Amino acid sequence: MGDMSDVKEREDKLQGMGTSLLRKEDARFIRGQGSYVDDIKLPGMLFGAIVRSPFAHARIKGIDKAKALACPGVVAVLTADDLKPVNLHWMPTLGGDVQAVLADKKVCFQYQEVAMVLASDRYAAYDGAGLVEVDYEELPAIVDPKKSMAPDAPIIREDIEDKKEVGHGPRTHPNHIFTWEAGDKAAADAAFKSAEVTVREEILNPRVHPCPLETCGCVASFDKATGYLTVYMTSQAPHLVRTVLAMLSGIAESKIRVVGGDIGGGFGNKVPVYPGYVVAIVASIVTGVPIKWIESRIDNISTTGFARDYHGVGELAADKDGRIKGLRFTALADHGAFNSHVSATKFPAGLFSICTGSYAIPNAYARVDAVYTNKAPGGVAYRCSLRVTEAIYLIERMMDVLALKLGLDKAEIRRRNFVKSEQFPYTTAFGWTLDSGAYHTALDKVLKAVDYEGLRKEQAQKRADPKSPTLMGIGISTFTEIVGAGPTKVCDILGVGLFDSCEIRVHPTGGVIARLGTMSQGQGHATTYAQIIATELGLPASDIVVEEGDTDKAPYGAGTWGSRSTPVSGAATAMAARKIKEKAKKIAAHLLEVSEGDLEWEIDRFKVKGDPSQAKTMKEICMVAHTGNLPAGMEQGLNAVTYYDPPNLTFPFGAYLCVVDVDKFTGEVKVRRFYALDDCGTRINPMIIEGQIHGGLTEAFAVAMGQQIPFDENGNHLGNSLMDYFLPTAVETPKWETDHTVTQCPHHPLGAKGVAESPHVGGIPCFSNAVIDAFAHLGVTHMDMPHSAWRVWQQCSALGVNKR
Amino acid sequence: MATAKKVSFKLNGKPVEVTVEPRELLIHTLREKLAHTGPHIGCETSHCGACTVDLNEMSVKACTVLTVQCDGAEMTTVEGMEQGGALHALQQAFHEEHGLQCGYCTPGMITRAYRLLKENPNPSEQDIRSGISGNLCRCTGYQNIVKAVQSAAKKLAAA
Repeated sequence: MGDMSDVKEREDKLQGMGTSLLRKEDARFIRGQGSYVDDIKLPGMLFGAIVRSPFAHARIKGIDKAKALACPGVVAVLTADDLKPVNLHWMPTLGGDVQAVLADKKVCFQYQEVAMVLASDRYAAYDGAGLVEVDYEELPAIVDPKKSMAPDAPIIREDIEDKKEVGHGPRTHPNHIFTWEAGDKAAADAAFKSAEVTVREEILNPRVHPCPLETCGCVASFDKATGYLTVYMTSQAPHLVRTVLAMLSGIAESKIRVVGGDIGGGFGNKVPVYPGYVVAIVASIVTGVPIKWIESRIDNISTTGFARDYHGVGELAADKDGRIKGLRFTALADHGAFNSHVSATKFPAGLFSICTGSYAIPNAYARVDAVYTNKAPGGVAYRCSLRVTEAIYLIERMMDVLALKLGLDKAEIRRRNFVKSEQFPYTTAFGWTLDSGAYHTALDKVLKAVDYEGLRKEQAQKRADPKSPTLMGIGISTFTEIVGAGPTKVCDILGVGLFDSCEIRVHPTGGVIARLGTMSQGQGHATTYAQIIATELGLPASDIVVEEGDTDKAPYGAGTWGSRSTPVSGAATAMAARKIKEKAKKIAAHLLEVSEGDLEWEIDRFKVKGDPSQAKTMKEICMVAHTGNLPAGMEQGLNAVTYYDPPNLTFPFGAYLCVVDVDKFTGEVKVRRFYALDDCGTRINPMIIEGQIHGGLTEAFAVAMGQQIPFDENGNHLGNSLMDYFLPTAVETPKWETDHTVTQCPHHPLGAKGVAESPHVGGIPCFSNAVIDAFAHLGVTHMDMPHSAWRVWQQCSALGVNKR
Repeated sequence: MATAKKVSFKLNGKPVEVTVEPRELLIHTLREKLAHTGPHIGCETSHCGACTVDLNEMSVKACTVLTVQCDGAEMTTVEGMEQGGALHALQQAFHEEHGLQCGYCTPGMITRAYRLLKENPNPSEQDIRSGISGNLCRCTGYQNIVKAVQSAAKKLAAA
């Protein structure tokens, strides 16, 4: 045994897993020295401004560039006709469809990309964009997805009018994209037929936008001499983007370099390939100079990567004690004018079938019908895994609806239906194997922490007092997420499996460089991954440098979205480090002249069992690995690369509770308390985890309380700047109380599950459940988001509770 | 197009001179002509505060100020916070309290907090929350930003 204080001191020095190591990436950001895409300036660079459609649906009869071309500083104007010779006027989408890069003969949504003006600077480019004259013939627009499949509905996509399918099975109408089904319909129907109680509710997840503080953009630079294309861009998945660009352009993938740089938040918005990127690239190929394209905020909210727009119907069947026997969830999905929905190929409705949540539900059926409308394309996962928010919102709302119907407490109905700890691994009716969980423990801990019984008593008193100026609501959400996509046998995008990677190089003096296929947008990867390596290899985190996002440097990976960084790349990191450690052990055995079996690992060294004076530190081994004194036949170096294909997804869970006070007279909802318990398995950096939870809860608050992208009946956008689109300030944002339990993931090498999206997925239903609970005693079973003061006030007025 | 104008001001203590069109916004001058890319552009409508700079002892949003309005001004950006190689207490506190994630709002947030603490050296939590409400953050949920400003205020008071 070593001296315990010495062991502790050495462990502390590593700052490995479990410590709240301050972030390595902060140094540049606090000095204003980050390198975001709009900070990049290349010699001779032109700026591209996009001309956008004022109409949601119109034919383009002609485009006159003359006035724009005469504008000082303007170099060129590109339209679909200019992209045709290189066959880049259309591009494939991640959803199996095609999308117009620049509008080809017609526009299908307001603000659609029609032309790009290239000019010496952004002022000249926008001057030019204002002078491009487009002759439109307006067509009737479809705004309501419920009208998309009407027999006389205008056809939005004439280019695919005759196509029998667009990637996901037969189409029944020119505006139909796909119908996806899962589960056993007959069994679910039978459960409903024989049920003692059934409930049904129409539940909307409105169209929202992730709205990262930095908009999307790129600098494309094509070198005509070498044929080498470099694109600096706001991408959460640079390697996948490079693959798409190679498929699109015909340029060898080895001659394309995509650089992520620093990214000012993503939240799903920066996963897809957008027309602006493609036009900028073509423009650079055509002009031979670098092209910068940066979205305005209005461009960003109007055209890139919206989320949700799922018009759901939830049904549960149960016995009179509230034990659920059957579930039927359906949704009408508004995908906009092109199906550029982000998902794994085999999951057109994402992971919506996680909608049985944390509950043991024997019979379940789900169906999603996706349709075209004259709105911007998208369907990104806004701080969640693919369509998981939509699914969990439905089940968590329906649990409350069922409790209300049966007169049961909302915590109790959850307890009665939870998958029990001893049931794991538990396979859901939709076939997902939930690997671990401790749902009762989590909920009970939260209820105790907030004095749930006391809160219900207070609520009962307020309800009994007609003079109370406020209505009190208590919301509970006990969610299970599905993240870490994913096993390549089921998860791919454009044929590329969703594995991820880590390459580690250890240098002679013990400094380490690790490169990964993921891409931080603020998650603190440079710190978290370094801590994993520090613990695995016994080298201090301070000497470990993490690099991501430059496709020339990093090994291939699918990027950062769907909380996949720790579940997939974190695992790859541990596995690569373990390969290095195995080799280091062989070197230590050779140096100490013992067999490997005689060695044991302690913090930062291999020791001979029973003879603690005989040891080799990892630092010593690092140097020896670069000398000639190695076991016979062993190569020099301490490097490894791992491509990790996860055996399953991971299932983080949590129990949240929210208390709100609703002002009967103004409709304002005040969040009195929000208590969030998360279980993400092993916690690598508790400080970073807490920060992710604060951020996710705040985005959940935004969605539940104020975010929505509205349109008028002609498809005009009614709120696409920060004047209208709700981003909470420090004043509205509640104070968050966080807690945790640790249930390790049995299949992850570190036991970790991923965390950053749980608070968004679990938070949204918790807010809604709290607001609706405030009205529950008045017979209200559901109110659609967002719960803005105006909408809540309308509810108060309709019920007459605000009569003085 | 109107004639370009010469504008002189002090930027982080150093005199600068630029020639700009009358319509040019300060944020573009700073970022594209003066190589100060700390202040960022997030919304162009004065809502997000990513472009916040300190102009004549006031927090202003550089996306809504014309450069020609700044003739003779004294201006401080995040790049001017570090003094003699030492981080400002706010920069240090944002790091120590995990008051930033993607870093995009950070320069504006720190610059705004700098002025807030000059005006109110001992702010309550509510003072801080309302004092930074012109600066949006999508990542942190503000809780650690508030802690960072509180911590910096304490350190500055003790100094």
